[in-house]
Amino acid sequence: MIEFQLDETSGVATYLQLAQQVHQALRMGMLEPGDQLPTAQQVVARLAINPNTVHKAYRELEREGLVRARPGQGTFVTRVPPGTDPATQARFLASLADWLRSARSAGLGPDDIDAIYRTAFRDCFAEGVA
Amino acid sequence: MSAVIQASGLDKRYRRTWALRECTLAVPEGCVTGLVGPNGAGKTTLLRLAAGMIAPTRGAITVLGQRPAAGPAQLARVGFVAQDTPAYARMSVTDHLRLGAWLNPGWDGDLARRRIAQSGLDPRQRAGSLSGGQRAQLALTLALAKRPELLILDEPVAALDPLARREFLQGLMEAVAEHEVSVVLSSHLVADLERVCDYMIVLVASQVRLAGEVSALLASHRRLSGPRRDPGSLPATQEVITESHTDKQSVLLIRTDEPVLDPAWAVTPVSVEDLVLAYMSRAGNGPPARRQRLGVVS
Repeated sequence: MIEFQLDETSGVATYLQLAQQVHQALRMGMLEPGDQLPTAQQVVARLAINPNTVHKAYRELEREGLVRARPGQGTFVTRVPPGTDPATQARFLASLADWLRSARSAGLGPDDIDAIYRTAFRDCFAEGVA
Repeated sequence: MSAVIQASGLDKRYRRTWALRECTLAVPEGCVTGLVGPNGAGKTTLLRLAAGMIAPTRGAITVLGQRPAAGPAQLARVGFVAQDTPAYARMSVTDHLRLGAWLNPGWDGDLARRRIAQSGLDPRQRAGSLSGGQRAQLALTLALAKRPELLILDEPVAALDPLARREFLQGLMEAVAEHEVSVVLSSHLVADLERVCDYMIVLVASQVRLAGEVSALLASHRRLSGPRRDPGSLPATQEVITESHTDKQSVLLIRTDEPVLDPAWAVTPVSVEDLVLAYMSRAGNGPPARRQRLGVVS
């Protein structure tokens, strides 16, 4: 069973934080098909959050086909999301690390690099929207 | 979504002072609704009107489809926890539960005893010697053991330390998960509201400035910071809620349902506190709250 954490300063809606943590746990192998998610009652008793928030997060995950609610029993993981294969991930991680090293040796600081990354990221995904 | 509280053109006057004027709002069913606003906005008056503790001077209010406190049956459907969670100082915890059982036809004695045990209260202790947190737990227990359809709480955690506050809200949220009770609570502690509320109403001078599902409100607002520019030049889909400018920089809080694509802006999400402050300070009576953010602009 996983335990949820809340980051109140993140600006990310609580239900999304919960859903993201399930995603992450699935990617990292901390959750596998058949595993049960904490009940709304358990989450609420620990985090003092609205139970509807938990239901909303679980509905979202159910819509994505990752979990299924079994009435009277709880919510269970049905499958792991199809991620990119590890080799591809490793390839892009390596090329990003190369890029970061060369940016750093060119004299760019963390803030410069962050700004460049954010601009490029936004441009890249704005192309898709526009 | 049907409403558990519906007010329309609601007025309440105490002698020459208007505590509430022309208040129109709806509190949705099945939600935990946070009522936020500055002191004097009329929150307490509104909640006391809904609980039937006082009667309106003018206008209409219905609670669960009926007039507040219309009769014993209606009273039983609504739980009310007043500001500072009052209790009878000389009566013991057990006496309070007995009184509750005697006064309320639908009293759930098991729930009451279970909650008292869970919160670690000594049933023999007099209410006058309880800590603020314990007294709040007692008041919440009394309100919940009525098994109300609607629970109204006026600033229930304002006087509590952080631990007692968390325990109170945990108890409240557990009850919501278990009994599907609709809740409306007023509070200044916006961080708590962010956790427990799924619906929010910002009330300023009796008027609703903002109302909606918390997650939808967070998703539809953004903070933009960037080189100084005229807010009039923004796309029509972006409504400016607050703006602040220096000679070089502009920081805006906007409402929009579409992604912000203009690369000149650094776009950041907003918190519930940002929203509350923005709507409280926006184009109201009196001087707008001075508040400037010096965001780091990339």
